[in-house]
Amino acid sequence: MSEHEYVPKSKAGKWFNDRLPLLTLGAHLTDYPTPKNLNYWWTFGGILTFCLITQIVTGIVLAMHYVAHADLAFASVEHIMRDVNYGWLIRYIHSNGASMFFLAVYIHIFRSLFYGSYKSPREVIWIIGLMIYLLMMAAAFMGYVLPWGQMSFWGATVITNLFSAIPLVGDSITTWLWGAYSVDNPTLNRFFSLHYLIPFLILGLVVLHIWALHVPGNNNPVGIDIKKPSKDTVPFHPYITIKDAFALLVFMIVFAGFVFFTPNVLGHSDNYIPANPLVTPAHIVPEWYLLPFYAILRSVPDKLGGVILMFGAIFILFVLPWLDTSKVRSAVFRPIYRQFYWIFVLDVLMLGYVGAMPAEGIYLVLARVGTIYYFAHFIIVMPVVGLLEKTDPVPMSISEPVLTGGAEPSLARKVNDKV
Amino acid sequence: MIKSNKKILFLSFLLLISLRPLQSAEMVDPIKVNWSFKGLTGTFDRASLQRGFQVYKEVCASCHSMQYLSYRNLGEPGGPEFSEQEVKAIAASFEIEDGPDSQGEMFTRPGKPSDKFKSPYPNTQAATAANGGAYPPDMSVLVKARKGGANYIYSVLVGYEDPPPGVTLDDGVYYNKYMAGNKIKMPNNLMDGLVEYADGTESTVDQMAKDVTTFLAWAAEPELEERHRTGVKVIIYLILLTTLVYLSMKKIWSRVDTEV
Repeated sequence: MSEHEYVPKSKAGKWFNDRLPLLTLGAHLTDYPTPKNLNYWWTFGGILTFCLITQIVTGIVLAMHYVAHADLAFASVEHIMRDVNYGWLIRYIHSNGASMFFLAVYIHIFRSLFYGSYKSPREVIWIIGLMIYLLMMAAAFMGYVLPWGQMSFWGATVITNLFSAIPLVGDSITTWLWGAYSVDNPTLNRFFSLHYLIPFLILGLVVLHIWALHVPGNNNPVGIDIKKPSKDTVPFHPYITIKDAFALLVFMIVFAGFVFFTPNVLGHSDNYIPANPLVTPAHIVPEWYLLPFYAILRSVPDKLGGVILMFGAIFILFVLPWLDTSKVRSAVFRPIYRQFYWIFVLDVLMLGYVGAMPAEGIYLVLARVGTIYYFAHFIIVMPVVGLLEKTDPVPMSISEPVLTGGAEPSLARKVNDKV
Repeated sequence: MIKSNKKILFLSFLLLISLRPLQSAEMVDPIKVNWSFKGLTGTFDRASLQRGFQVYKEVCASCHSMQYLSYRNLGEPGGPEFSEQEVKAIAASFEIEDGPDSQGEMFTRPGKPSDKFKSPYPNTQAATAANGGAYPPDMSVLVKARKGGANYIYSVLVGYEDPPPGVTLDDGVYYNKYMAGNKIKMPNNLMDGLVEYADGTESTVDQMAKDVTTFLAWAAEPELEERHRTGVKVIIYLILLTTLVYLSMKKIWSRVDTEV
C-alpha cells in the first residue's frame, strides 16, 4: 500500500515501530491519498463512525443503570430519566442516536448506489457494509425491546414470530429464540446480552470496511479510476479531516435539535406504556428506519412468502455488484439509469410511508406495487439498462477533464457542483 | 436534469404526505392549547404546577398512582418548586409502609421527601378490580404515553358530553369526545369550584384541567426546562464551532484548485 516507507523521527519511535508498526499505520491513514473532488455525500462515512462511537459510549453508561428484567426494566429506564445525573441526556442521545445512525447509513448507501461505489473493484467494501447494516438492524430492534414498553413487547412478538413461518421447524426455532413459550423475561435477557455484543461486532466490521476501502481507494463523483497520489488526490489529513469535521458538526446540530427539543418525536408514544401481554396495541409499527421492509412483509398475503421477500429485499443487495452490467460507475454519466435511480428512491420512500399505515385499501395496493418495483429495479432495470444505455462521455481524470468522446472541458467541475 | 428530478421527487413526497388525513377521519383532533412549556425556550408556570399538584392530590390520586415520582421532586428546580418545609409537610401527610424492623414486623411511619408517591392501591389487580375492570393508568409518564401529549390529556378532561342520539352506554361507561372510541370508564370528576386553590385562583373546570395537565407534563418530563436551556447553549456553541471549522476548511482547501 504505502508509496514511501515511513521512518519515525525519534529513536524511541523507531524502536517501537520496528516491533509494532502502529506509527506506519498512522502515517498511512493521514497521508492516504483521497480524490479531491469528493462532495459532501462522501462525509457520511466519518459521520457514521461518530454515530457508532456515540452509541457505544452512551450505551455503556446506560447499561450501568439499566436492569434487564421484565418486572424492573421499565422502572429502571424511568430511574435513568429521573435520578441518574444527566441520565435523560444520555438516554435521549442513545435513542435518537439510533435514528441518526440510520439516517446517515441510508444516505451513505444511496450515495453508493448513485455513484456506483459497489462496483468492481469495491464489491467487498459493499458486502461488508451490508453486513454492518444487517447487524445495525438487529441491534436497533433489540435495543427497542429493552425499555419493555408496549411497542417493545409487541414489536418483539411480531418480529420473532416471523421465524415461525419456516416450515417444519419454525415453531421450535421461535421457542428457542424466546427461551420461553412467548416473549418473556428470558427473551429480554438475551436481547440485552446481544444488544451489548453487536456494536462491537460492528466495530470490527467497520475496521474491515475501512481496510477494504484503503486497498482500491475512494470512488469519487466522476466514478473513474485515478492515480494515487497524483494531482487528482489530496492527503486525507488535513483536507478530508477538516471537511468531515465540518459536515459532522452540521450533522450534530440536527442531532442536537432532536435530542434537546423533540426527543420523542421519532419514537412511538405507546412505548411509554409498560409492556402488557394481555393488551395488544391498535397498530404495531416498527421504528421508521425499518418501515420499508415492514411494508414489503405485509404486502404478501402469505406469511412465509412475506418473510422471504422481506429478507430477499436485503439479500438482493449483496449480489448488486453482479446485477449491474454497466461499464460506467457514476450515474452522472448514465442518463437513463439516473431516472430509474430517482424512481427507486421514491419507491423506497413510498414503501416506508405505507409501512406506517394500516395494511388495507389503497395502502396495501401501494405496498404491493412498491414491492414489485423494488425487486424489478434490481432484477430487470439494473442488468437491462446497463446493457442498453448509451452513456455520456467520461473524463480521463479529475484534474484534466480530457474526454473520451465529446468536448466539454469543465465537465468534471460541473459535475462537482451539480451533485 | 437532476434538479428537475429532485423537484418531481419532492412533489411526489408532498402528495404522499397529503394522503395522510384520509385515514384518521373518525377521531376528533385534540384542542390545541398554547402551553408555556412548548417551544424552544418553554418553561413551566410554577403557580400552575403547584395548583396542578393540588388537583392531582385531591382528585386524581384517589385512583391514579404516580409511582416513579418522589416527594422530593416537588421541591426540585424546574418543577413546582415547593419550599423544603412544604415538601416535608406534603410527604409527612402520607402514611408510608416501611420495614421489616429488627423484629421482622412491617410498620407505618409518616412519609419523607425521599419516599415515592404513595399509590392508592397495593397492585394493578386491586386497582383494576376497584374501578370496574378498567385499570386507572399510572400517571408518571402519561403525557408521553399518549399521542397528542398534553393537548390530548387536557382535551379528554374537558371533553365529556352527553352521548349523541343512538349511542347507548353501559353502566360505568361515559361519553368523551376526544377519547379513542369515545368511550371512557373514568367519570367526569371535575366540577367548577371542586378544589379551593391556595392562591385564590378561581377553580373552573378549564382552569383545573389546564393546571393538572401542566403538572402531568412536568411529571413526565421533569428535565424539560434544563433540557431546553442546555439545548439552546449547545446549539449556539455548535453553530460557532461550525463557523470556525468552515473558515478553517476554506483556508486549507484554498491551496487546492477544487471548491469545497
